[in-house]
Amino acid sequence: MRVKIILALSAISGLILAWNLHTMFMQVPDELNQGAAFRIIYFHVPSAITSFTGFYIGMFAGVGYLWRKDLRLDAFAAAVNEVSLAFATITLITGSIWGRIIWGIWWAWDPRITSYFVCWLIYVGYFMLRRAIDDPTTRARLGAVLSIFAAIDIVIVWKSIEWWRTQHPGPVLEIRGGGGMAPGMEAPLWWNFLALVLLATALVIIRMRQVSMQREIDSLRRYAHAF
Amino acid sequence: MNFFRQAWEVAAKDLRSEVRSKETVNASLSFALVILLLFSFAFDPSSEQVREIAGGLLWLVFAFAGTLILNRSFARELVNDCLDALIASPASGAQIFFGKCVANYVLLVIVECICLPIFAIFYNVRLPQQLAVLFLVMLLGTWGITVIGTLFSAMTVNLRLRELMLPTLIYPMLIPALMGAIQLSGLLIAGEPLGADNQIWFRLLVAFDLIFTILSLALVETVLVG
Repeated sequence: MRVKIILALSAISGLILAWNLHTMFMQVPDELNQGAAFRIIYFHVPSAITSFTGFYIGMFAGVGYLWRKDLRLDAFAAAVNEVSLAFATITLITGSIWGRIIWGIWWAWDPRITSYFVCWLIYVGYFMLRRAIDDPTTRARLGAVLSIFAAIDIVIVWKSIEWWRTQHPGPVLEIRGGGGMAPGMEAPLWWNFLALVLLATALVIIRMRQVSMQREIDSLRRYAHAF
Repeated sequence: MNFFRQAWEVAAKDLRSEVRSKETVNASLSFALVILLLFSFAFDPSSEQVREIAGGLLWLVFAFAGTLILNRSFARELVNDCLDALIASPASGAQIFFGKCVANYVLLVIVECICLPIFAIFYNVRLPQQLAVLFLVMLLGTWGITVIGTLFSAMTVNLRLRELMLPTLIYPMLIPALMGAIQLSGLLIAGEPLGADNQIWFRLLVAFDLIFTILSLALVETVLVG
């Protein structure tokens, strides 16, 4: 059953992505000022939203763990956070490529990019912390606490675009009151978002299984050492 | 009121042991001096540029010196299982945490108060006329460092690599507070008036301190006891 779900999610995600690539490159025209490079937004923004969504789900899973003390919730939190970290990395890399083409520099210390990088570093710290702890319940507990702290930090990140003057392009999406993208141009972005979310879900299911198995192996190993 | 009395007992215990041994303050202070020395090789210490970046330099010193104090905060309780005794005592997790926070805060503010004039002398920076405002910024920024640092010190106390983990975990978390403190201190040291548009940094510092104090107090029981 699990394998079927993973396959179905991946297949749907792959189909949407393939169809979207066609729309993006064959139907949507080049942007007036940015030319062809603007298409990076179709992967940059959906990855960013997917990663943020994931980090928040990870936080709620952490809170859930603290409440119910169920290690499956911790496996879920770890899996979601890990997949989100991967998407956050994609966001940073695609953003960097876009910056090289449009701004002429690979990296700008603009507040929003900086904050996003900070957020990325915090989650790298989350996995460092998890790795350093051998006991599964302590690992789950401290991981949950750290992800709550991290999620509060993300709020400051998200707000930073309003708080600080910024070099990063302002909100262009309809949903954030931007209204800067033509409707035909914005649609593929949301389709890509859907595809990435499905892909992320498939990855989370795979990763969750691995985390649970890892825990089982560890406990068996400890059990074996006890004799 | 009982909360504060028990927390104060913990703080007083930490401060008393620090007054007797002076180990963390001495280490932290010498480390701060080493960093202040290293800065002199990173840029021309006599240039005008120093005034512009003084805020950042100052807070780097404070943050680095702070981790030395914070690292020891819970680690010193490991000897003779003192941490277990503390947790088993009638004081709640929040009280132990708050007491330790206050002790760390006092120690860090002392180190900062010694570093600030030394920094001014070394780099020929005139301390601002609004010294009281700079002091307020120091108090607010330091509370942010202390509150997050103490909680993470409790989290990492039993790890093998705690000396490495603590700075890696807390510096990214502290960035909003450090940004605000650096911005305000920079302006104050450069002798510029704090306009209305800089009020946001004050608000950021206060909000940061409040949010993370409440969050830490709420979660520390989970961290210490489970």
